[in-house]
Amino acid sequence: MARTLTAGARGSRGGIRSGEAKFGWLFISPAIIIIGLFLVVPILLALYVSFSNWNGLGSPIGNSKVIGTGNYEKVLIDDGLSKSDFGTSIRNNLYYVLLVVPLQTTLALFLAVQVNRRVLKGRGLFRTAFYFPSVTSSIAITSIFLFLFTASGAVNSVLQWFGVNGPNWFNDPSGVIHNLLAGAGVTSAPAALAGEGPLGISWWEWLSGPSVAMSTLIILAVFTTSGTFMLLFIAALQNISGEIDEAAVMDGAGGLRKFFSVTLPMLTPTLFTVLTLGLIGSWQLFDQVALTGGGAPGKTVLTPAYLAYDTSFTELKWGQGAAISFILFVIIVALTLFQRYVLRDRDVGKKAERNRIRRDAEIHASAARATYQEGLK
Amino acid sequence: MMKKTWVAATLAIGLAASLAGCSAGNGGDSTGGQKLTVMIGSSGDAETAAVEAATAAWAADNDATVEVVVASDLNQQLSQGFAGDAAPDLFYMGWDQFQTYASNGYLDPYADNLPNKDGFYPTLTDTFSYDGTFTCAPKDFSTLGLIINTDSWAAAGLTDADVPTDWDSLETVAKTLTTDTQVGLSFGLEYARAGAFMNQAGGHLVSDDGTTVDADSAENIAGLEYIQKLHTDGVLKFPTELDAGWSGEALGAGKAAMVIEGPWIKGIAADFPDTNYAAYELPAGPGGQSTFSFTNCWGIPQNSDTADAATSLVEFLTSDDQQLKAAAAFGVIPSTESAAATYAETYPENASFVASADYAVSPVNFAGSASAMTDFNSKLEGLIGGDPKAILESLQTSLQATLDEANAK
Repeated sequence: MARTLTAGARGSRGGIRSGEAKFGWLFISPAIIIIGLFLVVPILLALYVSFSNWNGLGSPIGNSKVIGTGNYEKVLIDDGLSKSDFGTSIRNNLYYVLLVVPLQTTLALFLAVQVNRRVLKGRGLFRTAFYFPSVTSSIAITSIFLFLFTASGAVNSVLQWFGVNGPNWFNDPSGVIHNLLAGAGVTSAPAALAGEGPLGISWWEWLSGPSVAMSTLIILAVFTTSGTFMLLFIAALQNISGEIDEAAVMDGAGGLRKFFSVTLPMLTPTLFTVLTLGLIGSWQLFDQVALTGGGAPGKTVLTPAYLAYDTSFTELKWGQGAAISFILFVIIVALTLFQRYVLRDRDVGKKAERNRIRRDAEIHASAARATYQEGLK
Repeated sequence: MMKKTWVAATLAIGLAASLAGCSAGNGGDSTGGQKLTVMIGSSGDAETAAVEAATAAWAADNDATVEVVVASDLNQQLSQGFAGDAAPDLFYMGWDQFQTYASNGYLDPYADNLPNKDGFYPTLTDTFSYDGTFTCAPKDFSTLGLIINTDSWAAAGLTDADVPTDWDSLETVAKTLTTDTQVGLSFGLEYARAGAFMNQAGGHLVSDDGTTVDADSAENIAGLEYIQKLHTDGVLKFPTELDAGWSGEALGAGKAAMVIEGPWIKGIAADFPDTNYAAYELPAGPGGQSTFSFTNCWGIPQNSDTADAATSLVEFLTSDDQQLKAAAAFGVIPSTESAAATYAETYPENASFVASADYAVSPVNFAGSASAMTDFNSKLEGLIGGDPKAILESLQTSLQATLDEANAK
């Protein structure tokens, strides 16, 4: 505000910078108008729809009225399919995120370190090969995976060589953890877990693990996105100058020690970017779900993003669909903030404060020693 | 610099293309009442060409222009059209979405005033009635039948006398037809097939007065248990177990000797021209004969400026003459009883589908039922090795809740 006032005051004096603010606004107005029209207004409208009874007939403005938090209650509180579907979709996506984000980050980092090694021949070829899945359309890759993972597809044929009878991947709704428990003889919910858990599905359901079908999508996601993030890590790795590596070697650090104590800390900003992008991207899983049959098998591939689409476009419950979108938005923002907190810069905060005090004390002490020794001479 | 130009050009082209895509999806403006946009979900080029020819014939007679838009995702494009106040003047409306659309006030109930409204099959008129008002005119329909691979049939030493008429004989022939490489019977494990067995066992989902759900009845359980039994005996396998996208593919590839599908089965001729098959009525269960009918109607949006012109077009399209032309072009069964009778004579191989229309019922489709039925379908995937009673009890709860909600509206 103060800035604007000074600019205005200057303008009125008619100096060489007169009208600067005016032109500033003029130059950024295309961006503001475009962002406002295509981003801010639709988001606000969607927020309104999530509190309204709009049924998709005509514009939401004038054809609907505010009904309070009814849409949110349907999804979060009222018993029924809306709530249990949402709970199921959250469970599915949670397992997806829990597996995809760490796996794709680790794999991307591993690949980046490998193709960044100077001794590796044909680095360009490997970089291109690893990056290739990322530039291919997700629909095309999903289609290929659908063929690879059919009951008698390539994957199961290979497994057959090792005497393993592969599952019917994309059609198997059984949860991975449930299957492991079944191996240990537990096939139905123990009494402690049979009760209803959050969002209308039982604790036993929450603990099912990703279904076999979902696991296939997890493999797919790790396969396609690792290349993208590998590129980010390569860029960051190339920013680490050779001297630092050499200094670490001179100090006697081995390969692993150098990676974990020197390289990885210097990659933290990139790591943050990759984790954030991965987290947001994996909570918005949609294409693969739409292509593999809208949540089939057994709703174990249903995600909140697809549920929002289906609720709006098929059931014409636009308010409820918008409500799901905003709940998803809150989840993503909350998790991103949490992750930011975990990965926060250690140079600030309590621990950093202690480090600074100790460092200062050491400097003072050595200065005092130096003065003392000087005095002795 | 070169790169930047490239990026800019790509962006510009992409933007232009997406804008063009939007305007096509909006169905265009409908000024003057004589320029109509018809949106269809087409099964292929044959259907598109037939609809284009029929609408062009009407347009020529009525000094109008008709543009046929083939939707790639009909539901989504209709939703966008209605939300943008730019719904097409006439469109295909599926039986499954009809009640949801009607209850939200999307549809003009023009069909009650059609001169030929009494010519339609009563079951179709029922399907497309909302709140007791016949709303939109059915354009055609199909029923489920038992499709038998005649070569496998003969190879197993079976004759016309062996065609199954009840559950026991179905089980017997399925056993006879099952070999190492071929399963006797196959159909997709979903409500649209399993529901027919539940009805054959004498069950139903919604009571006649439309207020109570009877999903967990003993009859419905018996229907599902019969499917379980066939599967346990190894004479029934689902298309997913046979590496087929749908049971028609399993039939064509020789992996299944009998499947339960509708007249659209003739679509397999493109991929499997050498497969010979014949269609029969579904065998009766303990509760008698039953099958499902699936149908589309011609929807006209509420408060449309072009409703009169569109109604006249529907009258033309649902006339016996035009329906028989459509039947010849892409194989659907006419929705009027008189045209269907002619159809059954012209295409004796499809006569059984027409005969089934006498007792066919429409699958449950009241407003909001879709989510409950989707849930039922997903639970059905656990039928093998599962508990039919638990599956139906879960359906009972969810369907009754949605029914109460729909009735309260």
